[in-house]
Amino acid sequence: MSFWNKALTIAWKDVISEMRTREIIISVLVFAILVIVIFNFAFGETREMLTAVAPGILWVTFAFSGVLSLNRAFVGEKEDGCLEGLMACPIGREVIYVGKLLGSLLFMLAVEAIALPVFALLFNLPVLSPELITITVLATIGFAALGTLFSALATNTRAREMVLPILFLPLVVPVIIAAVKATGLALAGQSWAAMSTWLYMITAFDIVFLVVSYLTFPFVIEE
Amino acid sequence: MDKPARDIPELAIQVRGLTKSFGDCPALRGIDLNVRRGESVAVFGPNGAGKTTLIKILAAIMNPSSGEVLIDGLSIKDTTYEVQRRIGIVSHQTFLYANLTAYENLKFYGRMYDVPGTDERIREVAEMVGMTSRLNDKVGTFSRGMQQRLSIARSLLHKPSIMLLDEPETGLDQRAISLLWKVIRPDGGERRTTVFSTHSLERGRELADRFIILNKGRAVFEDTKHRLDLDGLREAYQRTTGASV
Repeated sequence: MSFWNKALTIAWKDVISEMRTREIIISVLVFAILVIVIFNFAFGETREMLTAVAPGILWVTFAFSGVLSLNRAFVGEKEDGCLEGLMACPIGREVIYVGKLLGSLLFMLAVEAIALPVFALLFNLPVLSPELITITVLATIGFAALGTLFSALATNTRAREMVLPILFLPLVVPVIIAAVKATGLALAGQSWAAMSTWLYMITAFDIVFLVVSYLTFPFVIEE
Repeated sequence: MDKPARDIPELAIQVRGLTKSFGDCPALRGIDLNVRRGESVAVFGPNGAGKTTLIKILAAIMNPSSGEVLIDGLSIKDTTYEVQRRIGIVSHQTFLYANLTAYENLKFYGRMYDVPGTDERIREVAEMVGMTSRLNDKVGTFSRGMQQRLSIARSLLHKPSIMLLDEPETGLDQRAISLLWKVIRPDGGERRTTVFSTHSLERGRELADRFIILNKGRAVFEDTKHRLDLDGLREAYQRTTGASV
């Protein structure tokens, strides 16, 4: 089997496992919707205020629900030594990274696909536009790329839930800031050209995070 | 394992000057070990002696700090995947996913090892360990003994020529222990090269051709079954490790 087939097999295994337990999807989805509802009550007075704070609310929701999701990414692998079982297989450590990344990405996009319509409904804003979907997918790739690396790193520590956000969030801030800015422009009905700088920035960070994480992951899971 | 017989060296495992440190803490301090094809070697030692670290390095799960490991004459460093295809590993941890069925677990590992005719091979190994009727049940519903039996099936999927066992008897009842050894070292069949760690001197002496005792990361004693009876082994263990048996 090729590199990609094996990576997809690892992602498939994660999806099957998650479908049985719904440990990640349910908890993350409840969190995301709760945040959106609370912010809706807090800032729902005027449309101007909603438009101004909506990008921030959306990305706070996605960022923290993403961290929740990533916190669980390697838990299943640590139970009964499954990560060591994978490492004993004749596959590169990079295959494990790509497989876990695809799984995490899928879970995060699934949560976002449900949270976005809820956001659109409560805030009455045009969030289901091609521009916003593109921004969301691009930023989520960068988020998941770096997050998967740090999730593997945090899994070997005792205070896993605390270590991941402390280490990971400061580094992923450029992607979140660019996503917030681009989302603001998209919600204001600006053209692709107007938000292109931010989209290029997100794409550049995606590439950097993917390459760096791909290269360093083998060392991170070694011990 | 598919190489022609003339190409296969007599020594299945060669370890030279193996060291491993975790930060400033040395786990292995210059291990030398040769294991002949078909030979069974028991590794004894108190907790923290380096048994698990040694087995993880032999399985290419962990990189050594220094030293050389050759499996069937192949460097574990330069030909990692080729080496890993020749090795089956059973640990006190099962390496199985609790939320997947037994079949899905075996299918998953079959794909990771590129096992040809995976479904047929799954049926074969499941039959070997008496798990055919439970293939569609989730692993999380299995008892510890059943999980370990499935773990043995997992380790045999790709027909490894070398078995590495890290305290595989932990938490198993006598029936499961008997099955473990019957499957891994069948009577009359071709003998797989086996390296196993255990705390049981009796079991180790019974199943091994040769034994080594590790203490604080060093191989402090080595002898063969033919030259040492159980009392002699106990005496050597106490003398070299300072631990009671």
